Amino acid sequence: MTDSRDSSVQESSTAPIKAVKLRHPLRTTFAVVIALLVVAFVWDAATREAYQWPLVAQYLFDRRITQAALITLTLTVLSMILAIVMGLVLAVMRLSDNPVLKAVSWTYLWLFRGTPVYVQLVFWGLLGTIYRSVTIGIPFTDVAFFTAAPFEFIDLFWLAVLGLAFNEAAYMAEIVRGGILSVPRGQDEAARALGMSWRQTMLRIIVPQSMRVIIPPTGNEVISMLKTTSLVTALGFSLELYARTRAISAQIYATVPLLIVASIWYLLVTSILMVGQYYLEKYYARGVSPQRATETEPTQTASFAAVEPDGTGAAGGSDTIATSKGEHR
Amino acid sequence: MSSNPMVRAEHIVKRFGSHEVLKDISVTVERGQVACLIGPSGSGKSTFLRCINHLESINGGRLWVDGDLMGYRQRGDKLYEMSPKEVSRQRADIGMVFQSFNLFPHMTVLENIIEAPTRVKNVKKQAAVATAMQLLDRVGLAHKAKVYPGHLSGGQQQRVAIARALAMEPKLMLFDEPTSALDPELVGEVLDVMKGLAQSGMTMIVVTHEIGFAREVGDSLFFMDGGVIVESGDPREVLANPQHQRTQSFLSKVL
Ligand SMILES: Nc1ncnc2c1ncn2[C@@H]1O[C@H](COP(=O)(O)OP(=O)(O)OP(=O)(O)O)[C@@H](O)[C@H]1O
Ligand SMILES: [Mg+2]
Repeated sequence: MTDSRDSSVQESSTAPIKAVKLRHPLRTTFAVVIALLVVAFVWDAATREAYQWPLVAQYLFDRRITQAALITLTLTVLSMILAIVMGLVLAVMRLSDNPVLKAVSWTYLWLFRGTPVYVQLVFWGLLGTIYRSVTIGIPFTDVAFFTAAPFEFIDLFWLAVLGLAFNEAAYMAEIVRGGILSVPRGQDEAARALGMSWRQTMLRIIVPQSMRVIIPPTGNEVISMLKTTSLVTALGFSLELYARTRAISAQIYATVPLLIVASIWYLLVTSILMVGQYYLEKYYARGVSPQRATETEPTQTASFAAVEPDGTGAAGGSDTIATSKGEHR
Repeated sequence: MSSNPMVRAEHIVKRFGSHEVLKDISVTVERGQVACLIGPSGSGKSTFLRCINHLESINGGRLWVDGDLMGYRQRGDKLYEMSPKEVSRQRADIGMVFQSFNLFPHMTVLENIIEAPTRVKNVKKQAAVATAMQLLDRVGLAHKAKVYPGHLSGGQQQRVAIARALAMEPKLMLFDEPTSALDPELVGEVLDVMKGLAQSGMTMIVVTHEIGFAREVGDSLFFMDGGVIVESGDPREVLANPQHQRTQSFLSKVL
């Protein structure tokens, strides 16, 4: 063995390692090619007539556009808040021992996940026509307690909020359910053994712990909701960002620059929402052991992937259960 | 006062579906005594503990803690199920310590301990904190009050779990294999806390594989197998001189 030892190789000691860094020639080439392509595209886009950059600049901060962006953001936030609350209720119903509540929740999910959101929004828009008047009374008799036109006075904005929230609640219910199931059963037992009520156990112990699993896919849902708001023209509401930019482009016979304006605003709002998500995730990661906290990234993307394709959280649920098992030693 | 035991279980039957896990279990634990429960895996030890604080409802028999029927109210011959609120109130007086600690990971050690006293018994926060710090001192962890459980060793977590249960001022403590999840060198620190608790006069029911603890601290020993109590008596006698063949073969494996 001694003859194979090369005297120029450093003897092992605690001295810092001095070694030539491994080179990645393929990686470097690839990066250069991409950079060149991007530069070429940007250069071309900047000089191409069809983009009509002066119009983009002119309309980017147009009052109508900024207002529409604000309305889109409000629509997103309000419908998500409502959807999260409804989703929480639906998830808890689904997990209760009560077969009636279970069935109601299951049917809701079946209905609202099984039909396209666009179709649902059209229905919401027609509710006023379908239920011109509703009479509460005793069936098969002439006894009527009162008659009302329930959708006559509902503002289109609020109808849009309801339409988006009712659809989204079905997806949120599955995300919340996956989150709740990811909390180890011992947590519920420990809380109940201390004399805590079901409500206290849920609100103080289970839900806060499930947040870590719930927030990443919910962030996804918020961003997806931001874009879904562009469908509410289906029920006749036209003050949000997409409808507004389409209307303006129809007036001035310029499609592309206003699409760019809309995209810039969507990107801007998305970026703001992502910053918010980052801080929420940090808050709910408290108490997670340090080496675990750095691991959360791949876990989150895994549960994203499982929830996203068909929107069924069932897969996401089992996935998150599997990951949480690892955490609980 | 043998007529007024802390726990009286008579002919307890517990089924999961068609699987009868507890078959006619009768156990009495006097005030201030330490009862140890041993037996092979799957014999129903955890299930029996969970029946005592009504985490599981029983299918047959009667169970009293401190003279109160658990989970039911008896009027004449009829039993009436208690409301969840009343059951919670009964549970609040019974401490439970789990094999996997089950501390709340999103709360600091101190928050873990004051959670139930402030929310369930409406103790003022300041008073709850003062009690919690005393208890932490007692289990030797006062310096860890602000730390999250994830940063503690298993032995430290279990001592916090004991402190958390004690914060509710229970009249009875249930331990379900409190040292089974611990590295061998950490078992001692938890057993020491339990010994101290026993000496202070706490009534305890301890499911354990620590035969030494049972012999030293236990006032009575129950050997359970297949959902029945096979043998019981003074721990020193049962351990030294088991009468039943099943007890003998079990002890020969764990000793
Ligand atoms: N919630 C449940 N549903 C169905 N079966 C259960 C449930 N809890 C326990 N059992 C069954 O009851 C039997 C007794 O379980 P138990 O946990 O009480 O045993 P144990 O004596 O505590 O065992 P161990 O030493 O492994 O903890 C087992 O066969 C178990 O599978
Ligand atoms: Mg057990």
